[in-house]
Amino acid sequence: MDKKIFIEPIFIKNPITVLVLGICSALAVTTKLEPAIVMALSVTIVTGFSSFIISLIRNTIPNRIRIIVQLVVVAMLVILVDQILQAYAYEVSKQLSVFVGLIITNCIIMGRIEAFALGNKPIPSLVDGLANGFGYGLILVALAFVRELTGSGTLYGIQIIPLSWYASNGGFYINNGFMILPPAALILVGLIIWVQRSFSKELIEK
Amino acid sequence: MDTNKNLYTIIYSTVLVIVVAVVLALASYLLKDRQQRNVAIETKLMILRSVHLGRNADKAKDKATYIEQEYAKYITDSSITEGDKNLPIYICRLENQEKFYIVKLHGAGLWGPIWGYISLKSDLSTVYGAVFAHKGETPGLGAEIATPGFSDQFADKKIFEGENFVSIQVVKGGAAKGDHQVDAISGGTITSKAVEAMLKSSIGEYLNFFKTKVNSTKN
Repeated sequence: MDKKIFIEPIFIKNPITVLVLGICSALAVTTKLEPAIVMALSVTIVTGFSSFIISLIRNTIPNRIRIIVQLVVVAMLVILVDQILQAYAYEVSKQLSVFVGLIITNCIIMGRIEAFALGNKPIPSLVDGLANGFGYGLILVALAFVRELTGSGTLYGIQIIPLSWYASNGGFYINNGFMILPPAALILVGLIIWVQRSFSKELIEK
Repeated sequence: MDTNKNLYTIIYSTVLVIVVAVVLALASYLLKDRQQRNVAIETKLMILRSVHLGRNADKAKDKATYIEQEYAKYITDSSITEGDKNLPIYICRLENQEKFYIVKLHGAGLWGPIWGYISLKSDLSTVYGAVFAHKGETPGLGAEIATPGFSDQFADKKIFEGENFVSIQVVKGGAAKGDHQVDAISGGTITSKAVEAMLKSSIGEYLNFFKTKVNSTKN
């Protein structure tokens, strides 16, 4: 199998920075690492398996109700993920709140089904879905890393900036409250896109 | 096979929906117990935190079991009948025989419901502790009601002035003083005011019970 199917969505055709899909949740759930990682895993699982299932049944789907069939399959997977999170990761599922349900509207999933799964065999479709999920997750984790460290002084809930540095304890440091707000994530995504484009020239429009 | 025929489309969608429904029903059935336990544990932790217990819950190896043990050790569920309403009241008894009454609060915030628990010392006027939670208040602003910075202010405030129920006011601009005021959250005025309204209405339901209880201990 072509290695490109896996590598390309992660670095070269990253769904967030190049295709600019799934921005909404990338801004919303990246204030802390933990929800970002759970969200990344959830989206990866949903993209992977929805592409796999749709690819399995791709030759039987009546063309006229194609989108509806895709939505039903994606919605089923999203509800399953939501139910499992509520049962096994309750705290995180509360933090993610509506965004788990909104995975269904994440353009990456429908985009990959339409663009890839409908025309390819199940296993490459699964890999393509997972890789796009990883690509999305990579950006989410990168954003959450910067935002949690600068905005809350912690990483994965563990205090990184020494408490004695804080102004409230007589030090010089204050958490950057701006980093917790959505606009900060937008600016960070912009910076990542800028860096990526200055490295890979083929992304720059004529 | 022609997949564009009407009959095929109808049968296909019917079968698909039935399969999906079965899968989801099964998942919901299998996971229900665990989900309900999670919600129950969260409520218990909130009640414990309103009397400054359960602080080590995050460090405990098995958080759920730890919370259930602590809850069983200190808290008794009880309820009072007020008119045709049945109001829950939780009674906490510490090792040193100190007794606290915990009242459930519920109200409407800016974006959705807010709720909490407030514990009163045995004089039924002095607040021992309070915790608040919310469904979807604005992060960094209204959502701050769920932080100790806000809820710790309530300790040692009084809900009665003599015989009169005055509840606790949430006031703007760091001007809180006296036994009946706490500071609001800057930028979260609507949610802060909602907390004030919630305290007044939720505690208000228990007034008759409190008054008879206080009078009976006096005599």
